[in-house]
Amino acid sequence: MNFVEIWRQHDFRAVGEKISRSTEADVRRAMARAGRGLGIDDFGALLSPAAAPFLEEMAQASRRLTVRRFGRTMQLYAPLYLSNACANVCTYCGFSALNRIPRKVLTDAEIVAEAEALRALGFDHVLLVTGETGRVGRDYLANALRLLRPYFSSLSIEVQPLDQADYAALAGEGLSAVLVYQETYDAAAYSRHHLSGPKADIAYRLATPDRLGAAGIKKIGLGALYGLSDWRADAWFLGLHIRYLEQRYWRARTSISFPRLRPHEQPGHPSNDAVPFSERDLVQAACALRLLSPEAELSLSTRESAAFRDRAFRLGFTAMSAGSRTNPGGYASAPDSLEQFAIDDPRSPGEVASFLRSQGYEPVWKDWDPTYDGSQPAKELIS
Amino acid sequence: MSAKPLVIAGVEFSSRLFVGTGKFSSSALMRASLAASGTQLVTVALRRVRTDGAADDLLAHLDLGLYRLLPNTSGVRDAREAVLAAELAREALETNWLKLEIHPDPKYLMPDPVETLRATEELVKRGFVVLPYVHADPVLCKRLEEAGAAAVMPLGAPIGSNRGLESRAFLEIILAQSRVPVVVDAGLGAPSHAAAALEMGAHAVLVNTAIAAAADPVGMAGAFRLGVEAGRLAWEAGLAGLQSEVRATSPLTEFLTEAG
Repeated sequence: MNFVEIWRQHDFRAVGEKISRSTEADVRRAMARAGRGLGIDDFGALLSPAAAPFLEEMAQASRRLTVRRFGRTMQLYAPLYLSNACANVCTYCGFSALNRIPRKVLTDAEIVAEAEALRALGFDHVLLVTGETGRVGRDYLANALRLLRPYFSSLSIEVQPLDQADYAALAGEGLSAVLVYQETYDAAAYSRHHLSGPKADIAYRLATPDRLGAAGIKKIGLGALYGLSDWRADAWFLGLHIRYLEQRYWRARTSISFPRLRPHEQPGHPSNDAVPFSERDLVQAACALRLLSPEAELSLSTRESAAFRDRAFRLGFTAMSAGSRTNPGGYASAPDSLEQFAIDDPRSPGEVASFLRSQGYEPVWKDWDPTYDGSQPAKELIS
Repeated sequence: MSAKPLVIAGVEFSSRLFVGTGKFSSSALMRASLAASGTQLVTVALRRVRTDGAADDLLAHLDLGLYRLLPNTSGVRDAREAVLAAELAREALETNWLKLEIHPDPKYLMPDPVETLRATEELVKRGFVVLPYVHADPVLCKRLEEAGAAAVMPLGAPIGSNRGLESRAFLEIILAQSRVPVVVDAGLGAPSHAAAALEMGAHAVLVNTAIAAAADPVGMAGAFRLGVEAGRLAWEAGLAGLQSEVRATSPLTEFLTEAG
């Protein structure tokens, strides 16, 4: 049974209603089991409105579990946008095919220029991001990985869902992690927001983490795009998904990101029709997920403000992007190309790292080695 | 008051207490103890039963309408011997269920993880319902699950030691990540041990020595029955757990209220 079948056993709206009926006693019982013993129903209670008065207690427990597992460390990484060409029409995204702006797919020389700029900023882990188009498929990504491998020890991707064989082939090129956000587990909202293009196929996207696990990808990243539907139910399904992956693909690490709807350039689809999801809600979702999975990596995006990140980072997060550019060529070769979304923390990676050190946290730039990927002998690395 | 049934390989069990048939002082006492335990699955050591077609005293005392037989391979030393024993058991006892136990060491009867994994792979291919007896090793249990084991049977403590859940920390991990039923086997010496195993989410327990070697095996079988039922009901009801720790003095979330 893959996750799509498990997902079909739960009605999204009924899940949301069940969560909203949680009582203070449910929350107390869940808090007592935080960590290894938390059940999926307990998790629902922690996401409920009844848990609001317990947010401080949840944050303390989340921090405690996180420090125990990860220490006072924070991994720093940068997104590297390779392309903004996209065949999908999604209501919330700046890359939507209906958005009539010039598109860009980085050339080899441009990819190398970006790599050198990111390396100079200190990054050792980059996340390759693209829109979805036939031009940017397995071959393009394999080539990009080969170009980037000498510069970075850890290469992840956040691109369109691929087939299992493609993932296995890219793993052979040194790919160690794949992020694929479901956006929403609510089928109706999914259809409302993904109007056309390959992404409109919810089942194929939902089964992607299964294909990643089967392909032996070392880290699987999930996320819901909060603001598309009932955030509590979306976070619950995300927890169900993480727990399923941890049990079935037990060799893989997991990571969770917390994207929220942000302003972007798309006429006719104002992002202010978003379902409200406040910073407080984000903290509740993150802490609840930490109490469900003490081992998952939790990532805090530059979509969030510096003021928020500076105080929220210690509540259970283990990775942060910094100095992000969300447009292809944004670091060096084409600084003015179309960006996917606006960031809200404009500080440089060095400034973020200094801040973390001032708070007693160690910024971690390198947390992987390409020799583990078997794709390149360590001595060939450029230092 | 009734707990949810356990399902292994499509077969439902309302009792979560599995009982071994060895070490009883008489077949009559074994029979009375099994009845008192309420068990529906009993293990039988293949080496103890006659496989030549002649009448067998042990089997004669088991009402096969009440109990499903789980032959075990106790005595085999490697995967090859285990497969031979399994085929013999299937023919002689007319069941493809098998408790796979391989201990090359006759002193402590420690299961051999390497041979157990190999034998599981082969026996699953041959159509057996395999329940391997293993150390409380979370990685091994996942490997066995992937190899097609119908359940895993990690030990609570050295077999026959009656020491209880010495392997608790590892059992917790196995229970958290297993996708097949987990039967805690070996080392449970008291009904409270069995209750504790079920309370922490174990799907069933297997007990032999603690019942058979008790001063009153029938009385002890009844006590284990109650222990297992109490533990399971507690698991389903949800333990209240420990009071969570006192909060730190400096609040972590105050900034969220400032922001409104």
